[in-house]
Amino acid sequence: MYPKELKYDREHEWVRLDGDVATIGISDFAQDQLGEVVYVDLPSVGEAVSTGESFGEVESVKSVSELFSPISGEIVEVNEALEDAPETVNEDCYNAGWMIKVKVEDTAEVEALMDADDYEAYIAEEA
Amino acid sequence: MRFIPVTCGEQDEMLDSVGVPSIDGLYEDIPVGARLARPLDLPGAMGEIELAAHIEKLAAANEDGSRMVSFLGGGCYDHYVPAIVDSVVSKPAFFTAYTPYQPEVSQGTLQAIYEYQSMICQLTGMEVSNASMYDGATALAEAALMAARVTKRHRVVVSATVHPEWRETLATYVESGTLEVVEVAAKDGVSDGAAIAAALDDATAALLIASPSFYGTLEDLRSLGEAAHEVGALFVVATDPVLLGVLEPPASYGADIVVGEGQSLGNAISFGGPGLGVFACRKAHIRQMPGRVAGRTTDVDGRTGFVLTFSTREQHIRREKATSNICSNHSLNALAAGVYLAAMGADGLAGIGRASVAKAHYLEGALVATGRFERVFDAPFAAEFTLRYRGEATAMQARLRESGYLAGLDLGRFSADDAGLVMFAVTERHTRAVLDRFVEEVSAL
Amino acid sequence: MSDADRIDARTAEAGTREPLTGTLIFERGAEESRCVEPPVLDVPSVDLEDVLGGHARAMAPVLPHVTEVELARHYEHLASANFGVDSGFYPLGSCTMKYNPKVDEWACRLPGFARIHPYQPEETVQGALELMWGLQEALAEVAGLPAVSLQPAAGAHGELTGLLTIRAYHTANGDPRRRVLVPDSAHGTNPATVAMCGYEVVQVPSDERGGVDVAALKRLLDIDVAALMLTNPNTLGLFDENILEITSAVHEVGALAYCDGANLNAIMGWSRPGDMGFDALHINLHKTFATPHGGGGPGAGPVAVSDALAPYLPGPVVAQRDGGFAFAYPERSIGRVRSYAGNFGVLVRAYTYIRAVGGDGLRDISGQAVLSANYLKTLLADAWPVPYDRTCMHEFVMSGGPLRKSTGVRTLDVAKRLLDYGIHPPTVYFPLIVDEAMMVEPTETESKETLERFAAVLRRIAEEAAEDSGLLHGAPYSTPVRRLDEAAAVKNADVAWSPGDGSER
Repeated sequence: MYPKELKYDREHEWVRLDGDVATIGISDFAQDQLGEVVYVDLPSVGEAVSTGESFGEVESVKSVSELFSPISGEIVEVNEALEDAPETVNEDCYNAGWMIKVKVEDTAEVEALMDADDYEAYIAEEA
Repeated sequence: MRFIPVTCGEQDEMLDSVGVPSIDGLYEDIPVGARLARPLDLPGAMGEIELAAHIEKLAAANEDGSRMVSFLGGGCYDHYVPAIVDSVVSKPAFFTAYTPYQPEVSQGTLQAIYEYQSMICQLTGMEVSNASMYDGATALAEAALMAARVTKRHRVVVSATVHPEWRETLATYVESGTLEVVEVAAKDGVSDGAAIAAALDDATAALLIASPSFYGTLEDLRSLGEAAHEVGALFVVATDPVLLGVLEPPASYGADIVVGEGQSLGNAISFGGPGLGVFACRKAHIRQMPGRVAGRTTDVDGRTGFVLTFSTREQHIRREKATSNICSNHSLNALAAGVYLAAMGADGLAGIGRASVAKAHYLEGALVATGRFERVFDAPFAAEFTLRYRGEATAMQARLRESGYLAGLDLGRFSADDAGLVMFAVTERHTRAVLDRFVEEVSAL
Repeated sequence: MSDADRIDARTAEAGTREPLTGTLIFERGAEESRCVEPPVLDVPSVDLEDVLGGHARAMAPVLPHVTEVELARHYEHLASANFGVDSGFYPLGSCTMKYNPKVDEWACRLPGFARIHPYQPEETVQGALELMWGLQEALAEVAGLPAVSLQPAAGAHGELTGLLTIRAYHTANGDPRRRVLVPDSAHGTNPATVAMCGYEVVQVPSDERGGVDVAALKRLLDIDVAALMLTNPNTLGLFDENILEITSAVHEVGALAYCDGANLNAIMGWSRPGDMGFDALHINLHKTFATPHGGGGPGAGPVAVSDALAPYLPGPVVAQRDGGFAFAYPERSIGRVRSYAGNFGVLVRAYTYIRAVGGDGLRDISGQAVLSANYLKTLLADAWPVPYDRTCMHEFVMSGGPLRKSTGVRTLDVAKRLLDYGIHPPTVYFPLIVDEAMMVEPTETESKETLERFAAVLRRIAEEAAEDSGLLHGAPYSTPVRRLDEAAAVKNADVAWSPGDGSER
């Protein structure tokens, strides 16, 4: 449910670091809470994101959740496939359901996020 | 009490179960200082027979359209309403229902809304219509706010040929500084294209134009739309939907949002309310649209059904980030409009438009020929026109009222600049005989 | 057991209806069918292209083409798939789905009301103005606030009007403020309105008794707060016991107290928002004063305010003048919030209702509404928990949380199952502060027997949930359509028919 190789934040985003590019999506817990995702509003390539700030929204039929960036940097790619197939977020949240790729300013920021075990404990605590 | 089915005996039993001696006991949470220690100072109850007599007396104290020949318009028109319309909107299953939040038992309302939306799209040429706004004025104000969201700009340009009450409503809606409104004065009864082009800039979210304008004139929508798009602003067009059987749809001129007062589509004039706010836009902008929208889908058995959709835009979900605070809209008026348009069909609607336009031009020509009125604007008009009265307009109207005519709208009441201008609205209901008699009365002044 | 068997086994009480096919009005009739003939032209015809200056329509819109019979049957068919107050019990919390008297419908259709124009000279509409004046007076008396504008078209529109009025008052005092406080139990319209008025929303928590957390409120109050927007009785159906302390704390920092009048049906003649210390109130005529909801409107949301706010109200309002009635425009008005004077057709209905029941009748109505809610709560006490359980006003909020934990059945499932019993569900998932909320408002117009049947049905549904949760997950079974795919509705975005759709279907 929570892949070991990923990092997580308190807003239920996950991060996968590859060199200085971080891929960001939402966790299985988050997609389950939302229910069927019908729309994902993402920013454009070239925009800056900063830690803790909203970079988009994900909608189910009866709820909207803001997406918060776990890190700072510049967006280098967005998952355009989600426009036509937002349900991918439910079906494959850690792979095909990724949302943005960010050129990270400071990779130490990623290191400071929760690992899978800490995140799982955090969820258990929240529930 | 005729609207309370619980009997006195049952009331006592209920109080017993709840465990309070009297109804007063249920109000003990109210601090003494906030309780009303006296009866309400209002008249007593009336039986239905006395009540009906009282209400009829109040109604009879008004000189209504069945007793007067009226040429009043200004956004509110006395078009004929086919009998079938009231028969449908009088069905309790429609008018006693709430907003269709439980789609399984609201398919009637939802399908009717979907059909209404479809008809509005057909009339305006737009891709998406919402389920209604309160009236044309609030629809215009919401269109301005929507344009700001779409363009992320905070300034709108509005032509002074837009209905003065709509402009005032817009001003009220943005009073807190959410939008800057730039008003551009009219020229010869239409928008001043050059002045508007000068007012538009790359911070402008929308250009707001009405055609027919408040004066009844038809605007040069093509060039105005081009001017708006040149600076990246949305082109918002207010129109009179009942005339769209004969007028080119706003979408043909590049409108991004179309609004209008839909009262004429099967609704009574009813002293100006409830009206029907028509609101249509491009599909690409649906997530920024205010108000409800119905969509077609299927149920678990694969059967076609309808639901309220794109609800995440709305206040009950998005709260302070909603596209509008609107909740109740004018659903029953939209139902009436749907029935009206289905009853008329394209031919019927075109016929209504053709008759209204022909009769308006007939009356305009005849009034000018009396020598009592003169033309002031060169622009074309549809079913409503503005003339200058050669004399004291108020006195003329008072005289004609004695003969049973509401002789047009004195535009001086809206703006001192327009003093002496009188606007006449004509519909298919005005027969030639009535028009001729009116012209005779005018000649005799 | 198939779903169909379950209907037979479990919904003996529910009727089955003719299935809907979703056939659109566009798909009925024939090309040559007509309902209304175009009018005979008795004046010389005109060349449209010429007189309209090149704006004549080139291509006709595609509208339905049906005979009157087909039209009548189509809408009767649609109506048969609808549920209204006349169909059965409609305990939709916060919406006051009371019976809509037929005499009101008759009244608003009289030509003397339906065929008068808003720009007629005032001397030709004295009856209409007298009616509006009478309604203003009656609402002011019920509100305990002296000045009323009938202009707003709906509750949310009333909120906007009231808050803009408050804003204008602060601005005129040279004291523009930035924030408006809204409880966490508020209707969504409240924060949405606050945002439209350019204020920042600050949420106030509720206390353990379901009222405003007064200590927290006092911490949030400062000279930058323009107003507190409060529903009282609140959305839990509770009268805030600390209301006088709350409004005086608000006034102490120079802020004003705005009352959302959604729940006025509980207190008419018992307690008045003005006497509670509120400065402004909107009234939903389509709730409290029995005007119909119309499948989502039109309603009317008149606003009543204190003397201090009266000069800022939108015009026109009706005043007495020279022995008659006339429109008046408050001197420092925020300006109009719509065209013309208000939803007059709705105002006629509300006035007729008020005159029918009279002042004492309004008090009896509230008393019965409150008694009926408490009686129903008592009947359900051991089966359905009420998180803030004390004497309620005209409605109460139950939690489906425990049922969900024990059976997996959600409040949504319970709501859908109620449909099989011919009952409209309560408001669900609101207020947000109650888990799996079900908000029940019976209103005064339901018989004791109806209340008892509702309680029995809800108990039976709780049993069903324990025995066979799958039955509830699949409900409803007897409605014209069953659960609809709302996700597909968003993704497909089929929001308008267009010619050519038929061929695909």
